[in-house]
Amino acid sequence: MTRNIYVYIAVMALSVFAIRVLPLTLVRQPIKNRFIRDFLYYVPYVTLSVMTFPAIIDATDSPIAGAIALLLGSYAAYKEAGLFKVTVVCCLTVLILEVFL
Amino acid sequence: MKSFSEGFKIGIPIGLGYFAVAFSLGIIAANAGLTPFQGFLTSALVNASAGENAAFIAIRENVPYLQMALISVVSNIRYVLMSFALSQKIDPRAKMIHRFLLGFYLTDEYFALAIQQEPYCDPFYSYGAITFAAPCWALGTALGIVMGNILPHRIVSALSVALFGMFLAIFIPPVKTSKPIAILVALSFLSSFLLSRFTSLSESTITIILTVAISSFGALVFPTRERSRDD
Repeated sequence: MTRNIYVYIAVMALSVFAIRVLPLTLVRQPIKNRFIRDFLYYVPYVTLSVMTFPAIIDATDSPIAGAIALLLGSYAAYKEAGLFKVTVVCCLTVLILEVFL
Repeated sequence: MKSFSEGFKIGIPIGLGYFAVAFSLGIIAANAGLTPFQGFLTSALVNASAGENAAFIAIRENVPYLQMALISVVSNIRYVLMSFALSQKIDPRAKMIHRFLLGFYLTDEYFALAIQQEPYCDPFYSYGAITFAAPCWALGTALGIVMGNILPHRIVSALSVALFGMFLAIFIPPVKTSKPIAILVALSFLSSFLLSRFTSLSESTITIILTVAISSFGALVFPTRERSRDD
């Protein structure tokens, strides 16, 4: 079955709004449960890692260019280059390498 | 209104970064079959890079609506933590509308702006930054959808990694100071690779399963010591 993109957008928008606004408006105390706190603490790093690899090598025409962009981008991020510079490093790596690959 | 204009100035570099990443997100949205208006609408309503990326992939895979709700919750669950932290930074006497607006526009960057103020954040400082940066995000997505088809293929291929650059800038720096995070990132890379290559699970399903499994593993095996609530 083909589904409606506007329904998808509505489902997404409502889910994300609930997540962001409910704790801010309803719950105003610190989370007590140790496991939930630690779980929530690790979630961003895990989700972003899972979504980055292997997706980055599938996103580019040449998987090798994507892999090298991952390495150089990680190095720049490790050196605290910041969001904008890391992004530029990744894009330029692919742009230059794909001329040769 | 001094704080609004100060916020607006801070919003300019944030907006430029958003624009580049949103453009790359637009290319993914175009692959999922979204029109420029639908991309604009999504970014105006959602304001989340990882979340929108996961959602566009889910649309491309034509998942059931319930799975869309699930992937939206899982890929954005870090905002629960930020929302808890931010709730302590809003003056208890402030009007409720500020909690709704600051929640609606809760991104990593706006969170960082609000959380560094003492003792409470000034909502209008955040609104200033949002006034410039939020339109950059929405317009960047729409333009990515339009231009993704017009620009030379080589440029599109290069721009498609911008989103991952933004992710790297968020999850790589803590690897230096936290061994558990370094281990979890390595484990995430490895298991994500294995599942994508050796099973027929969709990308959005892999994201849900691994986020829940590996974060639970982390919470059980590497319990954190007490730390300040906003880190």
